[in-house]
Amino acid sequence: MSTAPYNIIGTRPPRHDGADKVTGRAIYGADFQINGLLHGAVLRSPHAHARIESVDTSRAAAYPGVVAIVTADDFPQTPDRIVDLGEGETPLSYVRGNVLAKGKVLYQGHAVAAVAATSPHAAEQAAKLIDVRYTPLPCVLTAPEGMAPGASKLHEQENVTHHIQHAIGDADAAFQQAAIVVEREFHTATVHQGYIEPHAATALWNNDGRVQIWCSTQGSFVVRDVVSCLLDLPVSQVKVTPTEIGGGFGGKIPVYIEPVAALLSRRSGRPVRIVMNRRDVFEGSGPTPGSFIRVKLGADAEGRFIAARAHLAYEAGAYPGGMVGPGTMCVFAAYDIPNVAIDGYDVLVNKPSTAAYRAPGATNAAFATESVVDELARQLKIDPLELRLRNASREGTRRADGPKFRRIGCVEVLEAMKAHPHYSAPLGAASHAAAKRGRGTAIGYWFNIGLPSSCVISVNADGTVNLIEGSTDIGGTRTSIAMQAAEVLGIPVADVHPAVVDTDTIGYTGVTGGSRTTYATGWAAHDAAKDVIRLMTERAAKIWQADDVQFANGIFRSGNNQLTFAELAAKLTETGGPVVGQASVNPKAAGGSFAGVIADVEVDVETGKVTILRFTSIQDAGRAIHPSYVEGQMQGGSVQGIGWALNEEYWMSPDGRMVNSTLLDYRMPTILDVPPIDTQIVEVPNPAHPFGVRGVGEANIVPPPAALANAIHDALGIRMSRLPMNPPSIVAELAKQ
Amino acid sequence: MAKVYIPAQLRAFTEGAEWVEASGDTVGAVIGNLGPSVRNRLLRDGRLAPGLAIAVDGEITPLGLRETVAPETEIHFLTAISGGFL
Repeated sequence: MSTAPYNIIGTRPPRHDGADKVTGRAIYGADFQINGLLHGAVLRSPHAHARIESVDTSRAAAYPGVVAIVTADDFPQTPDRIVDLGEGETPLSYVRGNVLAKGKVLYQGHAVAAVAATSPHAAEQAAKLIDVRYTPLPCVLTAPEGMAPGASKLHEQENVTHHIQHAIGDADAAFQQAAIVVEREFHTATVHQGYIEPHAATALWNNDGRVQIWCSTQGSFVVRDVVSCLLDLPVSQVKVTPTEIGGGFGGKIPVYIEPVAALLSRRSGRPVRIVMNRRDVFEGSGPTPGSFIRVKLGADAEGRFIAARAHLAYEAGAYPGGMVGPGTMCVFAAYDIPNVAIDGYDVLVNKPSTAAYRAPGATNAAFATESVVDELARQLKIDPLELRLRNASREGTRRADGPKFRRIGCVEVLEAMKAHPHYSAPLGAASHAAAKRGRGTAIGYWFNIGLPSSCVISVNADGTVNLIEGSTDIGGTRTSIAMQAAEVLGIPVADVHPAVVDTDTIGYTGVTGGSRTTYATGWAAHDAAKDVIRLMTERAAKIWQADDVQFANGIFRSGNNQLTFAELAAKLTETGGPVVGQASVNPKAAGGSFAGVIADVEVDVETGKVTILRFTSIQDAGRAIHPSYVEGQMQGGSVQGIGWALNEEYWMSPDGRMVNSTLLDYRMPTILDVPPIDTQIVEVPNPAHPFGVRGVGEANIVPPPAALANAIHDALGIRMSRLPMNPPSIVAELAKQ
Repeated sequence: MAKVYIPAQLRAFTEGAEWVEASGDTVGAVIGNLGPSVRNRLLRDGRLAPGLAIAVDGEITPLGLRETVAPETEIHFLTAISGGFL
C-alpha cells in the first residue's frame, strides 16, 4: 500500500458524468431507443400462493397490436443443474421459476406470462386478457409462520431451507458466570430498497442468433450469465450493455425481465422493451427480508461481554438463499466475545424472493444486538460508547464465524463518536409539553467483498487517456476509479475519460455491489495505469537510448532528459505505436468497514411521531478516494436506515397481498423528514489495497435503526422491539406503561 | 499442518473439536485429508458444496480449493455471500 502524499486521492473533482445527468442527456434503461421496438407487459399473479391449473392466451393473442406472447413453457426445458452466476451457486430451476412461474405461483406479483405489442397500452390490455385458472393455497408470510409445524410449504422441501450455526467457546457455561444477562426478541418488517428508477430492459434476439440486451443493472455480466443459462446459449452469444442506473442498493443484482424480453424478441423477431411500474417493483422484485431475532448477551461486573447467543430467522422469500448468512456473520462482529452461539434460519415465505439491500442481513441483526448493548449499558450504568469500546473488536479478534479480523477501524470509529461534538452537546429542551427528547448511539459492520474487475487504459496523443471498465456507475464510481488511475499516471483526473462498456468490450467484472467498485475496479485501474507507465517508460528509454528512466509525478526522467506524460504521449506513434495498459484483479482482502451513528430525537407522546433533531454518521473508509462521494454514501445509507427504522414496511393482507405498493403508501423519507446528516470520515487504511480503500456503500445503513431505537428509549423509557417504529407502534408501547 | 476450523454443524464428527490439523499444499488437498464424514459434507462432486466459501487466514479466497496453504494456515468455511440467489 502506498503511503505517499497524494495529488488526486482525497480531492473532490467534478464527476465525469455530471453534465449528462444534470441536463437530462444520460440514457437510463427506459430511455433506450431502437428501430422496430415493441413494448412488453408482464402478467403477474394476484395470489400469494396458488397452483396454476391452466393458461389460455387466445384472447390476448387476438388483441390488436399483439405480436408475441410467452410463458414459462417458452424457456428451453434443460435439466435442472447448479449454476454459478458469479455471486454464488443456485439451482437453475429456481432462477427460471422466479422469472416466469411454472406450475405454482409463490407470491403475489410472481410473473406468469408476458406480451409484446406495438404500444405499451396494447401490451398491458392484452396481458389482462390472458386467462389463468388458479387454485389458491394457504400462504405463510413471516419467518416464524414459515417455521411453524404444519405450515403450508412452498416447495417440496421444508420451508426452513438452511440452518446456519456458528459457535466459539462455550456460551451456555459462560452465561452461568455472567454478572448480568439481557435477552430480548425483535421483529423487523420486509422493506424495499426503493430505488427511484424502476427495472427496465430492452432485448434483441438478432437474426445471427446473438442476443443483445440494454438494461438498468448493477451487474451486466450477471445479466449475461443468467440470460445465457435460461436460454441455453453460450455466454458469448449474449451481449449486455448497461445503461445509466437510477439506484439499485442491491436490488438490481437479480434478473427479472431481461430473459422475458429476450424470449419475446425471439418470438416476434423484433426488439422488445419491458419497463416495470412501481407496483411491479414492489411486488415483483426482491425486497430485503423481514426477520425475527432473539439476542442474549452476558457481561461480567466490569462490563466485559463474556457470552452471547443469537437466533436469527430471516424470510428468504419464495426461493432459498436469503440474507440470514451475512446476518449471522455480522450480528456480534463488532465485539470481542469469547463464547458465542449463533443459529440462523433461512425461511421460505410467500413474498418475492429477497434481494440484497446495503449490507444485507446486517441491519436487522444490529437492530437487535445494539438495542441489547444499550440496555446492558444502562443497567451497568456505563456510558454506552465506553461499554462498546471496552468490548470492541480489533485486529486479531476472532469472529464468531471463525476468522480473525485483520486491521479494522472499529475502535477508531467508536473513539471518533465519543469525541464528536454531537455526543457531548446538550439535547435541549423539548419543543412542547407533550414532547420528550433522547439520544441514541449504535455501530454496525459490513465485511465488503472482492470479486473480479477489469480495466483497460489507452493513451491519447494529447496526453489524455481513455479508461474503460465494466462497473455500472452508482454514486460516482467512474470518477473514483478514474482518480486512482490519474494518481498513478500523474495527470489531472479531468484528463482521464472513463467509460462503462458492454460485456463484449471488457473483461469479466463483478457486480457494482458489496461496496466493491471503488475498491476492486479501482484496484484494476491502478494496475492498468501501472501497466501504462511500464510501457511508456520503455518508450522514453527508446527515445533517450537509456536504461535508467524513472517516473514520478507525471514526469519521465533520465539524466538531464525529461518528458511530461503529455509530451511523451505525443511521441507514441513514432516510438512504436499505441500504448494500451490493462489489468484484471480478483482480490480477496476486501477490508470490512465499521460505521456508527449518534441520533437525537424528539418524540410526541400523544401522537407517537418521532422527529429527528440531529443525526451524525461516522464511518471508516480506509482511504476516502473522493470524500464527497463517501459522504454521499454515508448520507444515503443513513436516510435509508431512517426510513427502515421509522416508516417503511410491506403491509400484507392476511392472504398475502401487499396493500401499500405505491410510494404514496409505502412511506420513504423525503427531504422534509430528515435533518441535515453530519458525516465524519475515519481513515484506517486497508493494508491490502494499493491506496488503502475499504468499501463504503453499505456499513452506513446498519446502525441507524438501532441508534433511533436507543434514542427513543432514552426519550421515553420504552424499548422498541419492532421495526418500523411508527407512530401507532410507539403509542401502543406507551399505552402499556 | 494447516489448522482447519470445523463448521459448528460438523463438530459432531470431530468429537466437538473446533479445529483439526491436516496436511496438504492446497485447500483441496487439506480437505482431502480430513475424515470422510467432514470431507463429504464440505465437498460435492469434488467441488465445494453450494453455499460455502473458503477463508484462508481470515480472507475469503476466490481460488477456493486451489488456494495454496502454508503450514500455519487457518482455513475456515463460511457462508457464501450473494446479493440474492439470482
